[in-house]
Amino acid sequence: MSHPSIDIAPQAIPRRLAPRPNGLWLLLGLIVFMALMPLVASPYALLLMLPFIGYGIALLGFNLLFGITGLLSFGHALFLAVGAYAAAALTSKFGILSFELLLMAAAGASGLVALAIGALCVRYTKIFFGMLTLAFGMLFHSFLFKFYGITGGDQGMRVLRPLLLGMEWRGGKTAFLTGPFYYYALLLFALLGLAMWRVTQSPFGLHLRAIRENAGKAAYVGVEVFRMRLTAFVISAVYGGIGGTILAVTTGLADPELAYWTHSGNLVFMAVLGGSGTFAGPAIGALVFVVLQDFVMSITQYWRFVMGGVLVFLVVFMPHGLSGTIEALVNRRHGGR
Amino acid sequence: MTELVDVFLGGTFHAAVLFLVAAGLQLVFGVQKIVNLACGSFYALGAYFGITAVGIAIKLGMPPLLFFPVLIVAGLAIGLVGLPIERVLRTIYRRDESYQLLITFGFLLMFQDAFRYLWGATPRTMDNVYLAYGTAQVLGVRVPTYNLLVIAASIAIAAGLGLFLERTKTGRIVRATAENRDMAEGLGINASKIFAIVFTVGCMLGTVGGALVVPSGAASLDMAVDLVVESFAVVVIGGLGSMRGAVVGALIVGLMRAAAISLMPELEMLSVYLVVVVVLILRPAGLFGKVAA
Repeated sequence: MSHPSIDIAPQAIPRRLAPRPNGLWLLLGLIVFMALMPLVASPYALLLMLPFIGYGIALLGFNLLFGITGLLSFGHALFLAVGAYAAAALTSKFGILSFELLLMAAAGASGLVALAIGALCVRYTKIFFGMLTLAFGMLFHSFLFKFYGITGGDQGMRVLRPLLLGMEWRGGKTAFLTGPFYYYALLLFALLGLAMWRVTQSPFGLHLRAIRENAGKAAYVGVEVFRMRLTAFVISAVYGGIGGTILAVTTGLADPELAYWTHSGNLVFMAVLGGSGTFAGPAIGALVFVVLQDFVMSITQYWRFVMGGVLVFLVVFMPHGLSGTIEALVNRRHGGR
Repeated sequence: MTELVDVFLGGTFHAAVLFLVAAGLQLVFGVQKIVNLACGSFYALGAYFGITAVGIAIKLGMPPLLFFPVLIVAGLAIGLVGLPIERVLRTIYRRDESYQLLITFGFLLMFQDAFRYLWGATPRTMDNVYLAYGTAQVLGVRVPTYNLLVIAASIAIAAGLGLFLERTKTGRIVRATAENRDMAEGLGINASKIFAIVFTVGCMLGTVGGALVVPSGAASLDMAVDLVVESFAVVVIGGLGSMRGAVVGALIVGLMRAAAISLMPELEMLSVYLVVVVVLILRPAGLFGKVAA
């Protein structure tokens, strides 16, 4: 906000060049729709929406790194696992049940881990960045998997029911998850979505875009490439950690598979499915992914084959994802660009 | 002393197989600039198909002693699956590398379920042939002769591949295409054909690797995704696109793992990733890689 060249007379910017808040409205519209869902939807559908909220938050962060900064991480699931294990360790080992504290711990832990890993990773771009993040993700996975005494190994760690706003909620697990926790998570999704919108529209977001387009030129005009990339990495990790906490509370379990590289691959899948070039695209990709996977799993046990096929089709024919394709169709109807 | 020899032999056996898969990965990256996540699937495909092929061969009355050549032929034959896959990949050669990674990730998922459909979810083993060649004494340690055969085969393939790339005309054309596709095409080289050949050969290296490893263990659904990370480690340590790097990287990863398993089993894969991280930090382009642009 403090950047002078941006703050001077915003009215001077012609209207069509001003950032169109389409993506934000799309996301908020989706969240409002989801807030109304409990009135009509079955508990099953609501339980399906919870992983979506978790992934949606994680994807908002992931896209800051991938879509805006142009860094493809193939180890981002690491941060979901950090968030999940933070929640698991605090609830089942230390007896801390306040969800707010869990979120703060998850955000803090993944931010710190990201600071250390990011300082090593963001010097590299493209495939090297992808491979290095993958290596760190798998490093964490094998730590979780092999150090049974600390992490519970392949059994994972249980996540107990947290207190929301310091209050204990009665009722069965489903009632808790589809009731108070659902609204809580949704509100969090909305707040984090707003925050991410501010971040992407800020001078900082502009710096990141400049880095994506041409890091050399950006550095030449004074963008601190390393610091900006590192900050983006840490922010995206914090979002990942919070998303991971929501996932872990939903399933009641933190297990090492969360950090496995194919899980990171799924995150990239969601981002590209929705369209990484847009603000709300990746979150919508997460929604479509969660619903599609659930649907395909219900009709065939060979759901991976179908999902893989969808991915191949998507990459070949719809590289801009769902939102990019819809945008292109709309533009064509309105006389094209 | 015997323990050391044990680790060395076990590590080299693992390295021999890893090298084959990693060499396939390197070849494809070197020429097509695609990091093929599906390389692990080719490896698993070779393993499953190897079991089936040897089973059929023995049923047809072939003596068990011939199973080694059967495995190699089976690996080479099923490697032809690379041709149709290359047809699909062809559409995205000029795209951003994130899409290339993703499409091969899609293939990996598809293969995973294809294996489940064709061979079932329980691990499959090949019995009775692993020790058909007996065992051999190496410096006071008993090893199955088969392991030594695999190591020898891998060395032979490495040498053959090196000779092919360095000495033959086609090899020179492959290297020229890798260096600059447009220039090569300008000189009248059919780059599409070269790409198809290279990808299929890369695929065959993976399937042969899988076919060779399976008598000593089992073919399972996890082997594809697990091996991807290991062969990634190999190419990152060795340097992307470098064949020498694949040899050295495979040896490092293979020996590291064998040593870790005998000293501290918890560190099995952790040690490998640690080496990867250290190498990437000190030499981001890997031990033999060209410096990244």
